[in-house]
Amino acid sequence: MSVIEVQGLTKRYGPVTAIEDLSFQAGEREILGFLGPNGAGKTTTMRILTGFIPASEGNVRLSGFDIREHPWEVKKRIGYLPEIPPLYADMSVDVYLRFVAEIRGTEKARARRRLGEVKELCGLQTVGRTLIRRLSKGYRQRVGMAQAIIHEPEILILDEPTIGLDPKQIIEVRHLIKSLGERHTVLLSTHILPEVSMTCQRVIILNKGKLVAVDTPEGLLRRLQGGERIFIRFRVDRQGPSDGFDPAEVARVPGVRRIVREVLGDSSLVSLELEVEDDQEVRGRLAEYLVGRGWKLQEMRSVNPTLEEIFIRLVTEEPVA
Amino acid sequence: MGEVSSVEMNDVREASKRLFRTRCGVRGMWAIYKKELRGYFVSPIAYVVLTVFYVLMGYFFFNFLAIFSEQALYAAYQAAEYGNSPPAMDVPAQVDRNYFGILSTVLIFFLPALTMGMFAEERRRGTLELLLTAPLKDGQIILGKFLAAMTVFLLMLLPTAVFQVVLHRFSDPPMAWGAVLASYIGAVLLGASLISIGVFISSITENQIIAAVLTFGCFLLMWVIEIAARQTGTLMSEVLKYLSVLSHYEDFTKGIVDSGSVLFLVSLCVLGLLFTYHSFISLRWRM
Repeated sequence: MSVIEVQGLTKRYGPVTAIEDLSFQAGEREILGFLGPNGAGKTTTMRILTGFIPASEGNVRLSGFDIREHPWEVKKRIGYLPEIPPLYADMSVDVYLRFVAEIRGTEKARARRRLGEVKELCGLQTVGRTLIRRLSKGYRQRVGMAQAIIHEPEILILDEPTIGLDPKQIIEVRHLIKSLGERHTVLLSTHILPEVSMTCQRVIILNKGKLVAVDTPEGLLRRLQGGERIFIRFRVDRQGPSDGFDPAEVARVPGVRRIVREVLGDSSLVSLELEVEDDQEVRGRLAEYLVGRGWKLQEMRSVNPTLEEIFIRLVTEEPVA
Repeated sequence: MGEVSSVEMNDVREASKRLFRTRCGVRGMWAIYKKELRGYFVSPIAYVVLTVFYVLMGYFFFNFLAIFSEQALYAAYQAAEYGNSPPAMDVPAQVDRNYFGILSTVLIFFLPALTMGMFAEERRRGTLELLLTAPLKDGQIILGKFLAAMTVFLLMLLPTAVFQVVLHRFSDPPMAWGAVLASYIGAVLLGASLISIGVFISSITENQIIAAVLTFGCFLLMWVIEIAARQTGTLMSEVLKYLSVLSHYEDFTKGIVDSGSVLFLVSLCVLGLLFTYHSFISLRWRM
């Protein structure tokens, strides 16, 4: 059974449609990434899932409970970290976490035990008595994370959990999310791509309120390569600059579809990125051809587009079916 | 088999949830109440409000006491000069009438300070998102906050009872405690209705200052609405007169606990809280 089930979710603000007909699922202990440019509808979707705002249309079931019919049950099973951690500046970390446990309905004894646990998990042992207003941004983010998990929710919803952190803190938070994914179902939004490929098992790409793609990070790469690509670098045998060289010659090799990118250096060095039909066969033919021309092959490798490229392609091109 | 056990599980879950809900109902409100009260005393708000209020009320009380004692003395002296018996003058009652009169005016200035940040700050800092995504009912949040403000208000009011003890100690014949009690009931009801209106106004803006100004303006308008009534003298004027908070409160300071006035102030209080509740609902749609 899916822990998160979203069907045909739509949210309108007057004439503006923030999200449109969104459907997806997440299973138990899955880390699902929500990827999209700013304004794609990530936060809106998360706010609907947490019961903060109502949807215009569509159904949301979390842990089997419909969010409209049983908001209470849903809210008890959710831990939520909004984009801006909802902290009370004049509370100490301990007081704050105890307060959150209390409003989330955690039993007193359990809350006491959990307080120690989450502080250890989030690296807050030393700042229990510090006022939140005196904490650095990284620590505040950790307190935000701690409040989201203190009641041991089944589902964790994290809105841009690494935003505004320094690189070291980002790595720490990612590790934390990964370890949380072993016990909770995590829905995580971000506009940072490596984050998704590093932490998430599946990715949902949103653009302008619409779902553009859902797949594993590897699956996305595979699906969107659009034919395989090879990068070659070779030295043409002339001594002078490679101006006279015509890359179209290489494109005539059977199996090469087109030249995606070419760099003709002012030396005799030529770099080409080719789209090819079949990587393995073309490699041999290409090598033969280059050697036949007397050019010195220096490098040949297959190219995987980065998630960035895929992302750009997805949000600028037609949605993939 | 999976079907059956999941159905049974759901039944057990539901039953335990229902039990939990009633307990959590009070707990959730209690948690909000404690947090809110703590907030008043962690920030200097409560201390400033309490101190300035005590000083001001003390100032008014002793001045009224001095003025009316002097008048009584002067009247007695004049009467004695003409060989008459001294005129009947109830000094404690006059002091109290004026004292409770000025109390209402002071509250107009002070109560917005207690309510202005109540929801405005939560909205601005994004902590409202925490409260609204926790398994809390909107009513628990609103009531918890309202009761916290009421507590500070009662802390303002309670120590001023010392003045009444002083009056009692030096009045002969003994003063009418019933009238004092009526005035206090009036003050508490007045405070409750003003606070509930303040809570509502705080829920419609993200800015504390705007909330404070709106609340203050609203209180003042509720006071002076009577002016319009005096100038017309039609059905409209009757309505306006009825809407005047001041005229209802004045009943109490005269020692009258009028059920109509009680009903008016209690309704005002409930209305403010209901408005807040609805402002919450519309807030969710606009977020």
